[in-house]
Amino acid sequence: MSAVRPVAVLLVVIGSATFIGAQTSEPPPIKIGFMVPLSGGNAQNGRDILNGFMMYLDEIGYRAGGRRIDLIVEDDEAIPAVGLTKARKLIERDEVHVMAGALLSSTGYALAPYITSMKIPMVYPVVSADDLTQRRRSDWIVRTGWSGSQPNHAFGEYAYRTLGIRSVVTIALDYAFGWESVGGFERTFVAGGGRIQQKLWVPLSVHDFAPYLAQIPRDVDAVYALLLGRSALQFMRQYQEFGLKRRVKLIGGGTTTDEHVLPFMGDEALGTITALHYSAALDTPANKAFAETYRTRYKKVPSYYSESMYTGGKWLIAAINAIDGRVEDRQSLIDALKRVKPDGLPRGPVTLDEYGNPVENVYIRRVDRVNGQLQNTVIDTFPNVSQFWKYAPADYLREPLYAR
Amino acid sequence: MTYFIVQSLNGLFSAALLFLIASGLTLAFGVMRIVNIAHGSFYMLGVYVAYSVAARTSSLLAGALLAVLIVGAVGFLMQRLFLRRFASQPLPQMMMTMGFALFFRDAALMIWGGDPFTLATPRWLAGSMETGAIVFPWYRLFVIAVAALVGVGLWLINERTLIGARVRATVDDPEIAAATGINVTRLSGGVFAVGAALAAFGGVMGGPILGGYAGMDFDLLPLAFVVVIVGGMGSLKGALIGAIVVGMIDNFGKALVPELSYFTLFAPMVLMLALKPTGFYGRA
Amino acid sequence: MAGRNVSRPWRLPLVILLASFLLVGPPFLSAYWVGLLTQVVILGILAMSLDLLIGYTGLPSLGHAGFFGVAAYGVGVLSTTYHAGLWTSVAGGFAIGTGLAALFGLIVSHVRDVYFLMITMALGMVLWGLSFRWIPVTGGDNGISGIPRLETLLGLPASGPIPYYYVTLAVFVLCSALMTMLVKSPFGLTLQGIREHEPRMRSLGFNTWLHGYVSYVCAGAFASIAGIMWAYYNGFVSPTYLDLTASSELFLMVTLGGPATLVGPVIGAGAIVILKNVISAYTARWLLILGIVYIVTILWAPQGLWNLGRERRS
Repeated sequence: MSAVRPVAVLLVVIGSATFIGAQTSEPPPIKIGFMVPLSGGNAQNGRDILNGFMMYLDEIGYRAGGRRIDLIVEDDEAIPAVGLTKARKLIERDEVHVMAGALLSSTGYALAPYITSMKIPMVYPVVSADDLTQRRRSDWIVRTGWSGSQPNHAFGEYAYRTLGIRSVVTIALDYAFGWESVGGFERTFVAGGGRIQQKLWVPLSVHDFAPYLAQIPRDVDAVYALLLGRSALQFMRQYQEFGLKRRVKLIGGGTTTDEHVLPFMGDEALGTITALHYSAALDTPANKAFAETYRTRYKKVPSYYSESMYTGGKWLIAAINAIDGRVEDRQSLIDALKRVKPDGLPRGPVTLDEYGNPVENVYIRRVDRVNGQLQNTVIDTFPNVSQFWKYAPADYLREPLYAR
Repeated sequence: MTYFIVQSLNGLFSAALLFLIASGLTLAFGVMRIVNIAHGSFYMLGVYVAYSVAARTSSLLAGALLAVLIVGAVGFLMQRLFLRRFASQPLPQMMMTMGFALFFRDAALMIWGGDPFTLATPRWLAGSMETGAIVFPWYRLFVIAVAALVGVGLWLINERTLIGARVRATVDDPEIAAATGINVTRLSGGVFAVGAALAAFGGVMGGPILGGYAGMDFDLLPLAFVVVIVGGMGSLKGALIGAIVVGMIDNFGKALVPELSYFTLFAPMVLMLALKPTGFYGRA
Repeated sequence: MAGRNVSRPWRLPLVILLASFLLVGPPFLSAYWVGLLTQVVILGILAMSLDLLIGYTGLPSLGHAGFFGVAAYGVGVLSTTYHAGLWTSVAGGFAIGTGLAALFGLIVSHVRDVYFLMITMALGMVLWGLSFRWIPVTGGDNGISGIPRLETLLGLPASGPIPYYYVTLAVFVLCSALMTMLVKSPFGLTLQGIREHEPRMRSLGFNTWLHGYVSYVCAGAFASIAGIMWAYYNGFVSPTYLDLTASSELFLMVTLGGPATLVGPVIGAGAIVILKNVISAYTARWLLILGIVYIVTILWAPQGLWNLGRERRS
């Protein structure tokens, strides 16, 4: 009797301890590999994307599916070969469960075959090359951002029908993003009855637009400008310098007035009408909360880059939660990514089409000054815009990609 | 006709900025045989410093002054403390300037962040000249005038002052110049500093129109080299002529043959190097 | 020869150590490190090819990545648009790269020093502009992706990081052997004579223009080989393969490593690849650190790392 009791107590204690220990031992963390340019000319845009992501991860305490999240960040220098090296490091050395990021389309194209061959899910929050969710789509890549021509299809129609524009001169950066944006706009604008009088293409290294601005005739209804970053800033300044601002209406692709450059522009940007799937001034509860928090934390207005991986983050985490955190099962994760429909996204409702591209709102915005600050006031909305506009995918894909 | 006039005026504007940047580069080569890969960095630092100053004082002039002084000092120190150690070895000197270029680039990103910006155009220069169908901004005309003044000033110093004579002597033959008692080391530091200051000034002048942005250092550098090659290394007159030639070709080329826009700059350079490597006014 | 080793005895053991590591190390390393070493070996071939020009002939080229990139594009276009097989693509890439060097050589071989630097830089920028603009062929800024992986080579399996590494190593050994033979040959000695004092060589009756030209073409040929390997390693080609940044980085690999040694540039390539990847994993400020490393290295070893201890060449 006297020996049994202590032994029994001991067994109970050990048993309980093991039982409790098994319950509270922490499962290994979910590793997310993230890659954007953090040096060189695109560093600020890359940082915006990262900031949006980190802000969301902070909101959920870096936990999902009952596990801790480890975010491993790498700089891809906006060079595709470096992007591939860093992807190899993240996937083969750091053994991440899922990848996200990339900014430039060239990196997006370069990574796709590797991601597919490694059978690891990847979220592209910003890469907007049309073909990545069309002919050259990968089963393992989900785009939560947009395709370059997507908002411009809507905008071409809007320009003709609502703005009453009949003739346009386009001026755009001379690379795929420029061709696809102008191509999308042209398709619907011309289908409505409009006319593209001239297409001006500027090299990426341009900083003086004078040779191009001098070619714009005064009698055209509008100039459609597709620029981004410092070229948008320089263009706005010079468009006014050459007296075009008060003579010819200025419209353009969304990146031309996106918040990554808008705060640095002056009155020369007022009245410009553009189209994009986001605006920091979008008047919805979800966006107001997002923009306020972002402003407080990072001391600047969120750009579409910032919003891109906030939404991308929500999407990724929703998928992880949908499979109860079992990210080792990559097939379920990619299936979940294609399936989930998170709500409360700053830009509004988003679903994915079968090609892995978002179907989302396109906002027509006008640059106004409100409370002393420039903003992209939303003046119209096109709901449920897909990358194929109103065409059936099979018909759409019969046409070649938009080119120069 | 309108078009031709506007493009010509803009060609002169481009030439003005190119002259300011290239003059420093050509002098550095002429006096010290330095190929300064960090020269674009001076241009960049100039406009960034002016941006910080203008943010506090709203004065472009103050910005220009401080940019010139600070960047000039940076150039002076760079030459005195680092480049001078390899005075007769062009390759290590060039490599060191490469290292500095990377350093400046990331330092600027660290200090000012990566957002692009433009400087505010001075109010009295806002707006454009409009005669008939020709519209051309006043500020660009101002830049042409200022660069012309700087050019005349440099020419006067070079041709009419003792310092200028010493610089010319050193460009001609550094060894003999030193033998006649010219302090080549101190002269070199000074020339390098002036070159840096000129580039910074160019950056500030371009600020209201071209602004500043991450990566502008490497964007500008090839342009500067094209001017110096076409004009002739070591020659201020060459920098002027080269700037005008390049400015005109670039503007008209972009307008008339936009498909070749990536080549309009480098074609004249390759041609010159193939036919007369020393450029219009350079000496071997 | 013996005298050289006695004065810098650390060189031979170091070479043997590094060579052994490159030969037998990879099976024990992770796939990521094998990938990095593959990059080092390929860029090592490229750096050695530039050393032929900078180190041995005294021609500083700032556009050498151009041939590297053009050969890679050759492989890219042939293997994707034309669905050519392995040997056709390789031969095509090599022919295009070397052919271009033969063409450009005609324009550049009459200039020296800083003018050579400038003209090669300008030609490099022309090639870059071409890769950006000639969209139907090069795909513009998006480049060409989908280059098929190497599956087998001469009947041996070649897919996967380790087999491909050994293929690259074999090519590296072959190229180093050829280049070493070249620089030690009478032709190579003549090149070095031209580097030291060209007028003297001319007065001795050597056709210095021709020697410079042949050196340029050979350098272009070896650069093309490196470009072909790079295209297969990455599976894509992009204009970033031949822009000014690429040529500048290559230039630094040679000059930091030690020109006119062939070994030095390989070490330079290795140092830069590994430094960039290791530092960037810890800090976003890696570019700043790299700049400082360059400056310090030049201060301490102005003739390059591998030439440390050698009496200064004027």
